[in-house]
Amino acid sequence: MAEMKKINVQWAINHAIAEEMRRDPSVFIIGEDVGGPGGPFGVTRGIKAEFGPERAVDTPISEGAIVGLCCGAAAAGLRPVAEIMFMNFITLAVEEFYNQGSKMRWMFGGQVKQPFVVRAMTAGGFGAGPHHSSSLEGWFASMPGMKVVMPSNAYTAKGLMKSAIRDDNPVLYVEPLSSYTIKQDIPVDEYLVPIGKAEVVTQGSDVTIVSVGRMRLEAEKAVAKLKADGINAELLDLLTVNPLPMEDIYASVKKTNRLVIIHEAKEVMGIGAEIAASVQEKLFDWLDAPVARCAAPFTHIAFQPLLEKHYLPNADKLVAKVKGLMG
Amino acid sequence: MKISKDVKIDLYTRMVRQRIFEDETTVNFASGEMPGFLHLSQGEDAVPAGVCANLSNEDAIYTTHRGHGCIIAKGAEIKPMMAELFGRIDGCCKGRAGSMHFADVKTGCMGSNGIVGEGMRIALGTAFAQKYNKTNNITVVFFGEGATGTGAFHESFNMAATLKLPLVFVCNINLYAQMTPKSVHIAVEDVAVRAAGYGAPGVTIDGNDVEKVYEEFAKAAKHARAGKGPYLLECKTYRHHGHFEGDPCNYRPEGELEEWMKKDPIVLYEKKLKKEAVLTDKEMQAIKDTARKEVIDAVAFARASAMPEVEELYKDILA
Ligand SMILES: Cc1ncc(C[n+]2csc(CCOP(=O)(O)OP(=O)(O)O)c2C)c(N)n1
Repeated sequence: MAEMKKINVQWAINHAIAEEMRRDPSVFIIGEDVGGPGGPFGVTRGIKAEFGPERAVDTPISEGAIVGLCCGAAAAGLRPVAEIMFMNFITLAVEEFYNQGSKMRWMFGGQVKQPFVVRAMTAGGFGAGPHHSSSLEGWFASMPGMKVVMPSNAYTAKGLMKSAIRDDNPVLYVEPLSSYTIKQDIPVDEYLVPIGKAEVVTQGSDVTIVSVGRMRLEAEKAVAKLKADGINAELLDLLTVNPLPMEDIYASVKKTNRLVIIHEAKEVMGIGAEIAASVQEKLFDWLDAPVARCAAPFTHIAFQPLLEKHYLPNADKLVAKVKGLMG
Repeated sequence: MKISKDVKIDLYTRMVRQRIFEDETTVNFASGEMPGFLHLSQGEDAVPAGVCANLSNEDAIYTTHRGHGCIIAKGAEIKPMMAELFGRIDGCCKGRAGSMHFADVKTGCMGSNGIVGEGMRIALGTAFAQKYNKTNNITVVFFGEGATGTGAFHESFNMAATLKLPLVFVCNINLYAQMTPKSVHIAVEDVAVRAAGYGAPGVTIDGNDVEKVYEEFAKAAKHARAGKGPYLLECKTYRHHGHFEGDPCNYRPEGELEEWMKKDPIVLYEKKLKKEAVLTDKEMQAIKDTARKEVIDAVAFARASAMPEVEELYKDILA
């Protein structure tokens, strides 16, 4: 039995970064507050003390310049790990992702690589309001030339961060604020979680549930409730949303013939829509029911707790969606 | 500073190569052989020449949509450049990037850019890596005065200053951002004064005097190599052609172009070199002939190169 240690999501991310910085001197962290306090929630605390200010770089409030710097430094062979804090602030750096980092290698005929990671946090469920709670991963999932990963717990947070840092492409690493303090036993020895592969969390035969990011927690609750009602759901935690692990989804849907996708981002133009379209194209004859989505409505997320609760998907909403398909 | 004869000839050669290359692209663009948009820099030739004569391949440059001159002056091979502009597979970016986006990494040309100002933000990273790796190399970012209106300029200058990065900002003042005159979009006479706001030196010079650019940039480079952070060098110059090829330029006051043609940096320098007996008319002609032959060979190379296959569209997306 491998030795295990109980650790929360924040420390899992922290350890992954620190381990990679020990292993590879070209890895450094950069962002607002990342050095001194270790970011607003202390995810990178201790890194400056161990590696010095040259490798834990505090910057002005310049999101575009932070990601721009990552593009340039990555082209020069370094491996930056930047923090953007709340995901909403990434709107100020969409330029650097869309027009620069994700295109640079292709545009220059393969002359450069872009090995950098940008961490951004989704904060739904905290009443953080319209400027601090958005889930924008779909924008980046539609960009060729980059990857987007969405860990859901300490195990995947650590393993995906290490894979992201070693990847030779721009990786957006989306971390859920609401899960930061959730603990889990994870191996003490080094391990990686591969990018581009979904995790089968529970096996089942009646319906496939695909969860994105922190919605895994809601999906796990839903699976338990469904089980009590005699419905065996198979839960897939997507983990990567660009590239989408479609083969893993197809394999599961062939088994269960039903599919529901749950994500915190809006339903309209969301990842669920993309998955549903691909599944009906590829597996139309395998489906016993329409593909369903459990996602946010087409409006903005409110700070007001009742409105926010109404907006966000959860286990009960997911259970209702699944039951609607069982017929 | 005493400039040696070799350096003088080098400065002249760099300008001539840029000019002849760009004059040739005008012809190929007009004939429809060269696809895409073309933004030319004839008239601004002294700036890249004076700057790049101070740089090695290990130093990096970032340039703009108007970047051919910088890339040639930096030393990129002309054949793959021309093939790139023709959209051919032997182009330095396999024909995917064209005039507005191309790069030649091995000579430190880290990219033109279709997004005004954006080179500055990416240049931060190259300069960061040069410092991180404890090299003595520097990065230069070229941009026009229009780009000083972007958030990228402020963010990049401030960040370069706070992180003390070896990054030199070279602003080409060519008096217009597209069709808008400088006085409409910049409320100061000299952009260089803005450097003070970031705690960095800022110097304004005549960008048509190639030796002046060479000497003043040498100071900027020394500052950056010494670890003292960014430096702003503002070079006042003029573009002879329109904003893009095909621009009728009806926004220019009458006589303006004619005045600036008299200050053509190459013509000025030829007079000076002759007066100082550095080069004779014949020797200057020989330099031009060599450059012209090189460009004509490059056009032949480009024409002989194949168009990219559609499969190329799907290559190099991920590493
Ligand atoms: C972000 C952005 N906004 C607008 C444009 C359109 N545009 C292309 S060149 C240009 C003017 C740039 O002026 P300047 O920076 O002075 O460079 P110059 O063309 O004079 O060399 C503009 C507005 C663009 N390419 N990118």
